[in-house]
Amino acid sequence: MRWKWLIPAIYIFFLLLPIYWLVNMSLKTNDEILSMFTLWPQDLTFANYKVIFTDASWYSGYINSMIYVSVNVLISVCFALPAAYAFSRYSFVGDKHLFFWLLTNRMAPPAVFALPFFQLYSSIGLFDTHIAVALAHCLFNLPLAVWILEGFMSGIPKEIDETAFVDGYSWPRFFVKIFIPNIASGIGVTAFFCFMFSWVELLLARTLTAVHAKPISAIMTRTVSASGLDWGVLAAAGVLTILPGALVIYFVRNHIAKGFALGRV
Amino acid sequence: MAHITLKDIAHSYTGESDNPYDYALKELNLTWRDGGAYALLGPSGCGKTTLLNIISGLLTPTRGQVLFNDENVTRLPTEQRNIAQIFQFPVIYDTMTVFQNLAFPLKNRGRSKTEIEPRVIELARMLGLEKDLYTKAQHLTADAKQKISLGRGLIRQSVNAILFDEPLTVIDPQMKWELRSQLKYLHKQFGFTMIYVTHDQTEALTFADEVIVMYEGEIVQVGTPEALFERPEHTFVGYFIGSPGMNITPCELQGNRIVIEGHEITLDCTYTDQPSSAKIEVGIRPEYLRLAPPQEKGLPVKIIKIDDIGRHKIARVAVNERIFHVVMPEISAMTGDHASLAFDTAHTNIYVNDHLIAGERP
Amino acid sequence: MIQKQVNQKAWFMVLPVFLLVAFSAVIPLMTVVNYSFQDTFGSNQFFWVGMDWFRDLMHSERFHDAFLRQIAFSSIILAIEIPLGIAIALAMPRKGWGVPVCLISMSLPLLIPWNVVGTIWQIFGRVDIGLLGHSLASMGIDYNYTQDPIAAWITIIVMDVWHWTSLVVLLSYAGLCSIPDAYYQAAKIDGASRIAVFRYIQLPKMQGVLLIAVLLRFMDSFMIYTEPFVITGGGPGNSTTFMSIDLVKMAVGQFDLGPAAAMSLVYFLIILLLSWIFYTVMSNVGEESKNGGA
Repeated sequence: MRWKWLIPAIYIFFLLLPIYWLVNMSLKTNDEILSMFTLWPQDLTFANYKVIFTDASWYSGYINSMIYVSVNVLISVCFALPAAYAFSRYSFVGDKHLFFWLLTNRMAPPAVFALPFFQLYSSIGLFDTHIAVALAHCLFNLPLAVWILEGFMSGIPKEIDETAFVDGYSWPRFFVKIFIPNIASGIGVTAFFCFMFSWVELLLARTLTAVHAKPISAIMTRTVSASGLDWGVLAAAGVLTILPGALVIYFVRNHIAKGFALGRV
Repeated sequence: MAHITLKDIAHSYTGESDNPYDYALKELNLTWRDGGAYALLGPSGCGKTTLLNIISGLLTPTRGQVLFNDENVTRLPTEQRNIAQIFQFPVIYDTMTVFQNLAFPLKNRGRSKTEIEPRVIELARMLGLEKDLYTKAQHLTADAKQKISLGRGLIRQSVNAILFDEPLTVIDPQMKWELRSQLKYLHKQFGFTMIYVTHDQTEALTFADEVIVMYEGEIVQVGTPEALFERPEHTFVGYFIGSPGMNITPCELQGNRIVIEGHEITLDCTYTDQPSSAKIEVGIRPEYLRLAPPQEKGLPVKIIKIDDIGRHKIARVAVNERIFHVVMPEISAMTGDHASLAFDTAHTNIYVNDHLIAGERP
Repeated sequence: MIQKQVNQKAWFMVLPVFLLVAFSAVIPLMTVVNYSFQDTFGSNQFFWVGMDWFRDLMHSERFHDAFLRQIAFSSIILAIEIPLGIAIALAMPRKGWGVPVCLISMSLPLLIPWNVVGTIWQIFGRVDIGLLGHSLASMGIDYNYTQDPIAAWITIIVMDVWHWTSLVVLLSYAGLCSIPDAYYQAAKIDGASRIAVFRYIQLPKMQGVLLIAVLLRFMDSFMIYTEPFVITGGGPGNSTTFMSIDLVKMAVGQFDLGPAAAMSLVYFLIILLLSWIFYTVMSNVGEESKNGGA
């Protein structure tokens, strides 16, 4: 088993190679991309990145994405917290059915919902707003958040609640002062997964936006067809969409394994 | 079956080093008699489990050799050492039945079905598992699971030794007693060498013929339960064994006399003079101290507290800042806060730098 | 099992989630159900057609093809990613600097927007500017995912393996890490072979996380849309038109609301049904291994 490390090493190499190629391309000029085949940039340039950072139609896409992702994470976590607490601590009429019904929404294909969402949000005047995308992503992120949080909360002994109530805490004060700090890492994991699924989704985000809230990933698809061949800028835009994810992973790296260990993703 | 010798064994988890603090196990030599029942006793983190894993081969020691019947097995992997080990938490194979669990070690060694079956059935009967032989091991209680772990150790008739690593931690107190007596019974039946690691002195003293006490990676005493009680060779053994532990307090020593807080006591033995830099202490079990009315001869003490713990009482007394525990067998006619403390000089030990020294009887 | 306190007021804590999800799920779903029974000629003129769309769908060759392609795709994905993920998890280091390196670099593909995943592979596979396409071409292999259906399938499958195997790896790895050392030590003492350790210790202990991994990978591969849409757009021909792509083509491209709605419902029900079957079968296998024998 001395060569065991080779397996993950080869796998990571396989994972990083296409990403390297993207980074490589983003640092080349279009001439170099099209005329020569080079493994690294011969004529290193940051011009492609400069295009994105100076052109509002590009960088506003990042801002839009960030806004609706943050709003979605905030809504998901805040709404899911009391619900997950109810599921983990109490039994009530229809609790099991409700929980199951919530989870079936995780199985709903976004393609099924794209058009009805478009009509729904148009009819209530929310089309092309950040809140529309954030709400639409709640369809799969809220059930997920409830599910993950419920797992973490079930791991907290009930005695903690009882002790606090005996000590005269009101429920809201107990929840904020005692309970939430206890499941802080659970909230971190939940936020991470909500971020992840909202950030990577394109179909709904594209369908529900036109100009003002258009996500960066949708702008990228448009650019491919419109200007056709500006590969360098496209690659640079792609690299910039990977960065937020990489940053988030770095910050929560110690919690991810824990979230996975609960088997609730 | 074999006797096991540990020769100059030392282990450091960070590898070879000159710094003695890196060693979880400091250099030691020890021989385990074939068929003996041993207990390894010590607080958490004293190196007990390290020592056990070196014997079973789960760890290779940084230095020294492990000999089974004078054959060097230091580099031999666990599966070739013919050792059984039972862990703190029951280890069972979830997807197998009790029968398959018990047969597993034999099957792995390629034994035939005709050999395995009667052996498993016999062992299950001895362990009281015959009713559950064909149920999934997963569904049994913690003590039944631990019996299966034990059974997998006992199933191989030729094992050199069975090692127990605090096996009763997760067992209910009532079942603990039952399992322990079953272990003693099995020991008599099979005659395996058994090494039992624990931090619980009652467990160690009731199980073993000989107890090895460890402290900070060193063996501080090897002896029968009685020897550990009467003549602890290290102050740690004095503290650790007995409840409450031995009273150990600094004193001045001159020949056969000691002086505690200006009070002189004459001992049975005479001791040679010690260098002035040495730490000299006197140790005496609470069972060998006696409280007498203040007017009688003895060390004048103040009674702080008396606890009634059932069979006897434990008094906490003080001379200035020094505290002594005294076991009082019956209700003494003690009035007031003051008393005299009398030493049973036949059971008074002298420690120099934490180690017991022998005196000469006149 | 801890007995949970009965408290109907708990509904108030669940209510916000219930309302929000109901708003996002039930109303659109009602729209879909509504459309699936009606036909329209242009703006806002609908009339009732009953089960017609469903009947058409059941006999539609286009739907059958998309469905079969989808089943084939999901089966291939599961058959590759699950064993591969387990194998990589088994080979991953348990301690030291290798752990964060593995965890971080392996999570990376999971956090890339799906169309960027598509773009990465679209570029990577191109013969003129992509490393993969160029290398294959210079080795004399005729590879062109926009022309050749087989090349298109291989590209999409390799891309999905690249994108999602890490999820299986991370789940399996978490399952493996939760096995106490004592199990491995006991197996050594019992003389168990490497295969026996995997068969009797590691696999049973990973069962729970593997169930989740299979379910998630099945559901998500069955719903795949963005990545193949970016790479091949469903082509060449219809060779990579999976169910979601077909559905969006029908609803948005051709604006056939009725048939699209009928297809949506059938699609959703198929996913629910298959997930339920997976769940029941896999947890029954688990139960059987717990109760069986007796």
